[in-house]
Amino acid sequence: MIRFIFKGLLRDRQRSLLPVIVVVTGVFLTTFLQCWMTGVIGDMISFNANFSTGHVKVMTQAYAGRIDQTPNDLALVETDRLTDSLKTAYPDMNWVQRIRFGGLIDAPDENGETRSQGPAAGWGIDLLSGNQDEIERMNIKKSLVKGKLPSTAGEVLISNQFAEKLKVVPGDQITLLGSTMYGSMTVYNFRVAGTVNFGTSVLDRGAIIADIRDVQIALDMPGAAGEILGYFKTGKYDRAQADSDVARFMANSDPKNPYAPVMVSLRNQNGLSSMVDYMDMVSVLVIAIFVMAMSLVLWNAGLLGGLRRYGEVGVRLAMGESKGLVYRSLIWESILIGLLGSIIGSALGLSLSFWLQNHGLDVSGFIKNASMMLPAVFRTEVTPAAFYIGFIPGLFATVIGTSLAGLGIFKRRTAQLFKELE
Amino acid sequence: MKTLLILSAWLPALLMAQGPTAGKIIEQIDRNMASKSRMMTSTMIIHGERGARTMEMKTWTEGIEKSFTEYLSPARDKGTKMLKLGDQLWMFAPSADRIIQISGHMLRQSVMGSDLSYEDMMDDRKLTDVYNAVVVGPDQIGDRPCWVLELRAKAADAAYFMRKMWVDQERNIPLKEEWYAKSGKLLKQISLSEVKKIDGRWFPTKMVYKDMLKTGAGTEFVINDIRFDTPIPESMFSKAALR
Repeated sequence: MIRFIFKGLLRDRQRSLLPVIVVVTGVFLTTFLQCWMTGVIGDMISFNANFSTGHVKVMTQAYAGRIDQTPNDLALVETDRLTDSLKTAYPDMNWVQRIRFGGLIDAPDENGETRSQGPAAGWGIDLLSGNQDEIERMNIKKSLVKGKLPSTAGEVLISNQFAEKLKVVPGDQITLLGSTMYGSMTVYNFRVAGTVNFGTSVLDRGAIIADIRDVQIALDMPGAAGEILGYFKTGKYDRAQADSDVARFMANSDPKNPYAPVMVSLRNQNGLSSMVDYMDMVSVLVIAIFVMAMSLVLWNAGLLGGLRRYGEVGVRLAMGESKGLVYRSLIWESILIGLLGSIIGSALGLSLSFWLQNHGLDVSGFIKNASMMLPAVFRTEVTPAAFYIGFIPGLFATVIGTSLAGLGIFKRRTAQLFKELE
Repeated sequence: MKTLLILSAWLPALLMAQGPTAGKIIEQIDRNMASKSRMMTSTMIIHGERGARTMEMKTWTEGIEKSFTEYLSPARDKGTKMLKLGDQLWMFAPSADRIIQISGHMLRQSVMGSDLSYEDMMDDRKLTDVYNAVVVGPDQIGDRPCWVLELRAKAADAAYFMRKMWVDQERNIPLKEEWYAKSGKLLKQISLSEVKKIDGRWFPTKMVYKDMLKTGAGTEFVINDIRFDTPIPESMFSKAALR
């Protein structure tokens, strides 16, 4: 019977083409949208985690209260000891020290006087210990535009855009004018090893990346760091585990001591909590609307098909086919249409998603003035859910649509069929 | 009793009517505070988040256009020099062997982590040139009767839109100041004390600055020695003197 119905569908394109196109379109969009939303949210989270928040972050209570100002006068002290204790207490995480700092970068002329200058946002990270984790985490090798990675103390990377503004090239000297941990002024010379481009204006406007030990010397912060960041060894942010780690850490924190270390999870930094919740909600809403719209369109298609095939159904009933048999044959037809459409739609959606997962979509042109930390390339993420998120509604919406439309068959009276057919 | 009540209600107004005009008061302040030239050694105690830091410096000033400061201590800052010529400011840092120009928004940054900005430090103009003043009423700071003045900027480049000033009625020296933004937000509070008669003029030798946007307990600025109208060699106010 299935082969018979399948042949019927193939031979009568009017019966199959529109519903299949509708199902393919709906399933394709739902599948792709699911991958897109998951990918974009994931990219934003991991970008923020890598550059700013970590999966969890440890800092002093006072620093956390004014984190927007990166107040290094409130930094953590004896950070090596604290990092070791974190490594012991939370072995499922990698722990790294960082110093965020601001200041003025001044490029000298041949007489050692100011030639050009501009405000900088700096990162003191582990560049020279031989451990590549931070270099990989911040994607520094791939972001390198000119020169090389710092290989000796005193060498720094600056953003390419900033280097062009200051008219400096690798090998040139630049001077940081900033504040020490004790509020005093610091004037410290660095040499530019290379320039980088992260594709994000927030970073590319005035980023300077130095080895944390150089920054500790420059800012008079021996054995101190503004932040200690924790990253799950799996590489993925685990919300439940992070919340549990934070609760365990905070149970021993002294709320009355402004210099007591506190731990904050990724979700509770940079406004990511509300953003992720909002994106999650939008994601669910958009997919729900697509599924509903697809069901309505397919129901409508079923109704139209029913009307178009009014005569055919009438003849079949008049010839003695039972109403149930006719109804079941329509359902089987819809299952075949749903299956075919869902397979094609899922295949198309997954193909595009896999392609974008590997190649990404460069959105740097759209976010060049953004004040948020956003990745320059958005990628989709193909998750197991993507294999059924479009497929199931694609199949069921077709069947439900036909079931509802086909109910009209049972309302027809056999006694009036010939009169109707005339 | 009724007469007494009426008198007490009108007393401030009567006093103000008898007192000097605001213009006269700020002229007197300028006479005390401004000078042709000035040489001064001072101590700055900055009360920051992680304790207090003390810095010593020597400053040479000529009129409102030229000023040169050398930091004498602590060791980390010793030898740092600053030169102001008109509206330009340069700094020499011996640790980096660099002369750096401080300009633009950097002028609003704190000097050495204190509650004073470079702009505050540079502004030596006479009050009469920058502000229009009105007397708001009498008040008292400690045991000193004062006039309360409200000064509103008439110069477009004034760092503060409004200043409220408590001026010693007898010595014509401000004892307290509040500096406001155009929005009405209080930005800085200054109390001036230990007023001494130096070279025939009254001068406060201790000032406590509090940047209201910063945490910390403020910055004390103590003048250890000051001499007015002494000749200063012209070579002091050149970039060559920085190194």
